[in-house]
Amino acid sequence: MNWKTTAPAIGLALLASTGLARAEGELNIYNWGNYTSPEVIKKFEEKFNVKVTITDYDSNDTALAKVRQGGTGFDIAIPSQTYVPIWIEEGLIQETDPSTMENFKNVAPEWANPDFDPGRKYTVPWAWGTIGIVVNTDAYKGPADSWGIIFNTPDELKGKVNVVPEMGDVMFAAIKYLGGEQCTDDKTLLKKVRDMLVAAKPNWVAMEYNTIERMGAGDFMATSDWNGSALRQRLEHPQIHYSYPKEGFGLWSDNVVVLKEAKNVENAKLFQNFIMDPENAAGLSAFHRYANAITGSEKYMPDDMKDAPEVVIPEADKAHGELQKMCSPETQELYTKIWTELQK
Amino acid sequence: MAKSFDLKALPGFTTIAVICFVALYLPIIILVAYAFNAATSTSEWGGFSLKWFVSAWNNAQVIDATIRSFQIAVLAATFATIAATMAALATTRTKSYRGLTFKYAFINQPLMVPEIVTAVALLIFFSRVKVFTGYAGLGYLIAAHTAFCIPFAYLPIRARLESMDLTLERAAADLYATPWKTFRRVTLPLLWPGVLAGFMLAFVISLDDVVITNFVKLGGQDTLPTYMLGQIRRGITPEINAISTAFLLLSILIVTLFFFASRKRD
Amino acid sequence: MASAQESARSAERQDIRNRWLLSTPALMIIFLAAIGPLLIVLVYSFLAPGPYGDVKWEFSTDGWVSVFLQRDIFDDTLSFADAHLAIFWRSVKLSLGTTLLTVVFGFPTAYFIATRPERTREVWLFLITIPFWTNLLIRTFAILQIIRNEGIINTLLIKAGIINAPIQILFTDVAIMIGMVYVYLPLMVLPLYASMEKLDFRLVEAGYDLYASRFAVLRRIIFPLVKPGLIAGSILVFIPSLGAYVTPSLLGGGKNMMLGNLIELQFGQGRNWPLGASISITLMAMVMIALLAYVRNAGSSEVRHG
Repeated sequence: MNWKTTAPAIGLALLASTGLARAEGELNIYNWGNYTSPEVIKKFEEKFNVKVTITDYDSNDTALAKVRQGGTGFDIAIPSQTYVPIWIEEGLIQETDPSTMENFKNVAPEWANPDFDPGRKYTVPWAWGTIGIVVNTDAYKGPADSWGIIFNTPDELKGKVNVVPEMGDVMFAAIKYLGGEQCTDDKTLLKKVRDMLVAAKPNWVAMEYNTIERMGAGDFMATSDWNGSALRQRLEHPQIHYSYPKEGFGLWSDNVVVLKEAKNVENAKLFQNFIMDPENAAGLSAFHRYANAITGSEKYMPDDMKDAPEVVIPEADKAHGELQKMCSPETQELYTKIWTELQK
Repeated sequence: MAKSFDLKALPGFTTIAVICFVALYLPIIILVAYAFNAATSTSEWGGFSLKWFVSAWNNAQVIDATIRSFQIAVLAATFATIAATMAALATTRTKSYRGLTFKYAFINQPLMVPEIVTAVALLIFFSRVKVFTGYAGLGYLIAAHTAFCIPFAYLPIRARLESMDLTLERAAADLYATPWKTFRRVTLPLLWPGVLAGFMLAFVISLDDVVITNFVKLGGQDTLPTYMLGQIRRGITPEINAISTAFLLLSILIVTLFFFASRKRD
Repeated sequence: MASAQESARSAERQDIRNRWLLSTPALMIIFLAAIGPLLIVLVYSFLAPGPYGDVKWEFSTDGWVSVFLQRDIFDDTLSFADAHLAIFWRSVKLSLGTTLLTVVFGFPTAYFIATRPERTREVWLFLITIPFWTNLLIRTFAILQIIRNEGIINTLLIKAGIINAPIQILFTDVAIMIGMVYVYLPLMVLPLYASMEKLDFRLVEAGYDLYASRFAVLRRIIFPLVKPGLIAGSILVFIPSLGAYVTPSLLGGGKNMMLGNLIELQFGQGRNWPLGASISITLMAMVMIALLAYVRNAGSSEVRHG
């Protein structure tokens, strides 16, 4: 083999392959990793003859930073409700009026007119969930429906507790545990929060996201976590239970938005309508393991989710849930300072 | 002389080297083993199964990401090594001349900046370029990767060059060889181990980059590390192990073929 | 007829011109994809943080001041930013430890490869880099498997009766160092190898002929000759490890921040880009000074070797 000619040829082929053209009828989705059901996407692709690409992001801040800069090539993104007002305010998304779309009637009434997007002019619900406490009952048999598990750890769990390092969620939990209101800037309360967090930290073994693996392997015995993650853990290990803290737990919701710079607006709108159909919404839920906000999807949901306590909030706990909001920049700054001090 | 004296042996060195190789491969063996895990975990063994290879084969997104990782890595490493070789030749084996220190700092600059900073800076910079020119291909990622790979290729090549004195090249010049011929026939063969080391380093660095790629990538441009990063918060499956194993085997195969083909030329 | 001196000088000038030409591609790429963006970061460090990340285009020195000084959250007293200092020292210590360990493990390994028969050397080189063709993240998870409480190391130690309960290695600084040594080992081995491969063993033989012990030969002959490789490797390990954050967060459990995590926080949930920018530039400046000192030194020694 003559390497002098073959090597450059391979090189050119590689170079050329990077610029291969894409098919007609496209939709570019920018979503959290491991969050989009390939089956539902395939159904969408076949129904509307559209090629869908999915690009992943791992945090709301990364997504916001990228979209702000412009020129991303994405049509759709799926930010959390705390960020949606920012996306609207900065003019990053366009009004597609989902409230006028055909399938909008399926959206559950409590989600049809949220504070973060009054009248649903921009967003369509993708999934919603809660943040609570997950405990491995082999290690701890007592009541787990309190943030005290992480802020005032019982002896059996000391050194085995994880706290997911989402600053917003931890601050919310800490404030609620001490009886305050979300986004408070009451300095006396916040001082107590700071002191409590710093005192609790030595009992934590880690502050990381990888809860499913670690709880499953037994490296953690308890953690704060999202409900869908807890569901996955319980299905693998039945002794793992999810609890709704009675001091107050957070609700979140991820929503589909169409970017102002979207090139495939029509396909994006079709997608927004498509996922409000009960069967499709259930298909999405079956993959990402979180509830959707579409009535009528219940009969299509997989059996292990239909009455799972992680997905369907028990009546007694419903009152303690509160949708999380983005705090004012001054309050954010205060919280960040507390967070940095916690982390040092 | 009673016992033969091994000139090159140094006490304990071979032992440590062997320990090193074993320690290096242990995680890889585990990684490959879990690709065959029947359970959905990357840390709990649940029996033997090939299902992850099947699911990876059907997962267009992850295959696409892996191929892209390799495309970028090969191209970036090649460009970086060429540029680094030229730069090393230019900055080594010479008295200090004006701008030498400056050039040295310049070339190594990507090394010194924390990745997250480069990532955000490139995001801003390239989006301006994109808005201006409308180009949306892999060029940004390749340029970014080449840039941070250059110091990684440069330093081994330079280290190698510093150990070579100029007598052979001067001899070639005395024999009326042109600079290019001297380079090709004298310098390059001598330099080759350094160039190879530099290329492989650059290749590996590019393959693994997650932070910069995560910020610079555009729609549909996920690489394997960024794909995996997205998975961490939502649950990883051994599908990643399966695809890493598959591509590892593929790379070894390609390199072995390359190797035998170039040996034949000798 | 030009005098000998003049022609020597013009040859020298031509040489310098050639050298500039040769360095152009590298300089250009780096300018476009590294320096240019870095200037942006410098500018950003002098701006005010935007309400939800990004920046407001107004001049502010807050970013720089906050690197060194902080206001206590609750009583507004100004004090030294000891949180930043603590994080900085932790990172430096860990990076130094990592660099040292990579030398301890990398030096013999590079030497081993360099002293194999010539035909097999490249094979060994490939063997050493093959593990790094797998994804870093999944490799780190595999390392996790080895060091966790029920992982291989602890299980072996318990079976051998050396310890009774598992040692908590995972989520500690030790785990971070193990992970970083693993990641950065080839960056030490490859430059060292490049230097060692050229080692003239006749010099080593001369040392032994003069009745030097193996240790003396190592210290006085081999070491100085492979110094360029050693320094290159140390730079390639120490500096990136200072800014590392993926490995520390995966293996360290996220409880103890490294510099990389601190900077990433500012660009992420902390939403203070100017602070992130100024911390990074401070870090860079310190590293650059150390690097330049090395070049001045190395430059003068090169003249000696001619």
